[in-house]
Amino acid sequence: MAAGFKEAFAEKDFVVTAEVGPPKGTDVAELREHIDLLKDKVDGLNVTDNQSSVMRISSLAVCRMVLDQGGEPILQLTCRDRNRLALQSELLSATVLGVKSVLCLTGDFISVGDHPQGKPVFDLDSVQLLQTVGQLNQGKDMAGNEMQGPTDLFPGAVVTPEADPIEPQMLKFEKKIVAGARFIQTQAIYDLDNFKRFMERVRKHDVKIMAGIVLLVTPGMARYMNKNVPGIFVPDELINEMAAAEKGKKLAAGIRIAGRMIKQLREEKVCDGVHIMAIGKEDRVPDILEAAE
Amino acid sequence: MNDAARQFEPKVVAYCCTYCAYTAGDLAGSMRLEYATNVRVVQILCTGKIDAILLLRAFEEGADAVYVAGCALGDCHFLEGNLGALRTVAHTKHLLAEIGLQPERLEFFHVPASAGPLFAQRANEMTARARELGPNPLRETIHQAAGKKLERQDDGRPPLPEATHGKLIRHSEQIS
Amino acid sequence: MIVGERKPLEQIEAMLEGFDKILIVGCGTCVAVSMAGGEKEVEELAVQLRMKDKLEGRKRTIDEITVTRQCDREYLEVLAKHLDNYDVVLSMACGAGVQFLAERYDDKIVLPALNTLFIGVAEDAGVWTQRCMACEDCILDQTGGICPMTICPKNLLNGPCGGTNGGKCEVDGEKDCAWTLIYRKLEKLGRLDYMRKIQPPKDYSVMTKPGKYTHQAFKETQENEEE
Repeated sequence: MAAGFKEAFAEKDFVVTAEVGPPKGTDVAELREHIDLLKDKVDGLNVTDNQSSVMRISSLAVCRMVLDQGGEPILQLTCRDRNRLALQSELLSATVLGVKSVLCLTGDFISVGDHPQGKPVFDLDSVQLLQTVGQLNQGKDMAGNEMQGPTDLFPGAVVTPEADPIEPQMLKFEKKIVAGARFIQTQAIYDLDNFKRFMERVRKHDVKIMAGIVLLVTPGMARYMNKNVPGIFVPDELINEMAAAEKGKKLAAGIRIAGRMIKQLREEKVCDGVHIMAIGKEDRVPDILEAAE
Repeated sequence: MNDAARQFEPKVVAYCCTYCAYTAGDLAGSMRLEYATNVRVVQILCTGKIDAILLLRAFEEGADAVYVAGCALGDCHFLEGNLGALRTVAHTKHLLAEIGLQPERLEFFHVPASAGPLFAQRANEMTARARELGPNPLRETIHQAAGKKLERQDDGRPPLPEATHGKLIRHSEQIS
Repeated sequence: MIVGERKPLEQIEAMLEGFDKILIVGCGTCVAVSMAGGEKEVEELAVQLRMKDKLEGRKRTIDEITVTRQCDREYLEVLAKHLDNYDVVLSMACGAGVQFLAERYDDKIVLPALNTLFIGVAEDAGVWTQRCMACEDCILDQTGGICPMTICPKNLLNGPCGGTNGGKCEVDGEKDCAWTLIYRKLEKLGRLDYMRKIQPPKDYSVMTKPGKYTHQAFKETQENEEE
C-alpha cells in the first residue's frame, strides 16, 4: 500500500478506504482481527466516532491501535460530544499519536442513540471544525494563540449526493471546500447515473472525491434504507437483483453489486476512489475488493 | 347496590344551547314526550360559552351527571361554538379523571333543533348512566333543605380588606 | 411570550403534602395566554383540589388570587396583607415569577404549579411552538427571519446537516429542517449570499448565567446606587 492516505491520491488513480467500528466495551479481540484483515488491502481505514450516537471506544484510541498494527487510520471526529476545547485537544492528540487524516462531521443527534437523555454539545459544526483544522495546521488555535508545534492533518468531509432537496446540501458542500476540506467521502450511492451527474457539478473543485459504497446484506435492508435513511436511494433493479438471489446467497449478491459498482467507477474514472462501509460485515470487505477486480 | 343507592335519584344538569338543544327541548315539550324529571336544563346562548369551571362546579355542588347539548357539527349558529365545547368537555373529562371522579359522568351530545325525541332520549340516557355510576361521592357533604338556599359556613376569619389589584376569593365563598 | 404547562396533579399534590392553608396565586400575563396559570386555570385547580379533598375526606383551605403578573414588584405587593393566613403559596406563574414571589416573601414556602417551557408563539388555538432561545446574539437578519439556534436541534450555524430528509429533520420526522426552511426563505428574498457565508463559531460567553441587563438610560442611576 502507499506511504499514507494523502499520498495515495498522488500515487494512484483510484484510492480505496474502508471502515471499522470500535466496540462498546473493552474486548478488542475481534476489532484487532478486522484491522489485521483490512490494513494491507486499503489505503486508509476510517474509525467511526460514537457512530449513531451509541457510546463506544473513542476513535482516537482505535486509530492508535491501527497504527500499532501497521495500518493507516483516518480519524472520524463529530461535533456532538465535544466542545471546542475538547475538539482542538483531540486534533492535537491525533498528530502527536501519528494520525494524519481526519474526517470532520457534525454528527447524529444524541436522541437517535442509546443515551438519549445526554446533553448534546454541537459547540461547532463540521464547517467550523474544518476551519479549525486549518488554523491548527498553521500553528494557531481558535483563540489566535501561538501553539508549541502545529498539527499535521489532512482534513476531509462528507456530502450526500442524493439529498432531497439537493440545493442546500450543495451550498454547504461548497462551504466545506472553502473551509478547507481536501477529501470528501460521500454518503452511500447506488445509482451511478445520478452520481455521474453529481460529479459533473463538483469536478471543478480542487478536492478528492470518494464514492461511498454500503454493502447490501438483504433486500429488506435496501428497502429499510430507502424508507428511513436520508439521502440513500436503492433503485428497484438492485432490490430485485437481491430478491432474485437464492436463499443463503443474498449476501453474495450484495457483494457482487458492490464489486460491480466499484469496478465501473474505477474503469470509467468517475471519481477519485471509493469508501467501503460494511459495518457488521468487515470480514467480507476483501470479497468486495475481489469482486471489483 | 345497597338500598340507599337504589333509592337515590340522580341529579343531572344539562347545559343546552338556545338555537338547537333548548329548542329541541321545547319541541319535546310540545310533543308531550316524557323523559326523566331528574334533568335540570340550563339554557345558554351557545355551547361555546361553556368553560371547564362551569362543569366542574356543577360536580362540586353535587350533580351526579352533567351533559352539554349543542348543535350538530357545521350547524352551530355561532359557527364554531360547538367545536370549542367539544374540546372543553374532553379537557374537563381529563380534569375529572385526575381527581378520581368518573369521566363518564360528563358528556357532549349533538341535539339538532328538530330532534325532540333525541332530546328526551339523551336526558333518559344520562339519568340511567348516573344511576348506574352511583351518586356523586361529593354529594354526601352537601345538605340542602328543600326550597332553601345553600348554607355557607362561617370560617371565623375577619372580613377581607379592600383589594385594589387582584381580589382574594375565599374558599368559604365558593362552597360550604 | 413565555409558554408554560401545569404540572401533573400528582406532582402538585405531592408538593402540597402536609399543608392545610393554601393560597393559589395566578399570573395574568404570559401563562394566562398559554392557558396554564391565569385566573381561569387557578379556579380550575382550586376546584379540582377541593373536590379531591372531599373525595378523600380531607379538609384544607384553598383560596385563590390572581395578580396582573408576578415578575413586577408592584403587582406582588397586594399579597402582603394576605400571606400570613396561609402555610404555603402555590404560584402558577412561570419560573421567573415563582422566584420573584419567593424572594419578596422570603419567609414563606412558595411552590411552582407550572413547568416553564419556552419563549414561543401561538401557532394555533392551544398550540404553542418555541421560536427563541434567548441566545443573546440574534442573527435573524442572516437567516431570513428563521432561527437555527431554536429550530435546529444541533444549533447549526452552517447547516443543513446530512440528516435532513425531504425538508424534515432527522431527529423528528414531523419537524421541519431549519436550514431547508432558511434556504428556501433566503432564495425567495434573493439573499442566498448570507447562507454562502461561513458563520463563525458562536460566542457563548455572552450567555452568562444568570443574565443581567441594565438599560442604558438607567446605567448611571443604578451604578450610583450600588456605590
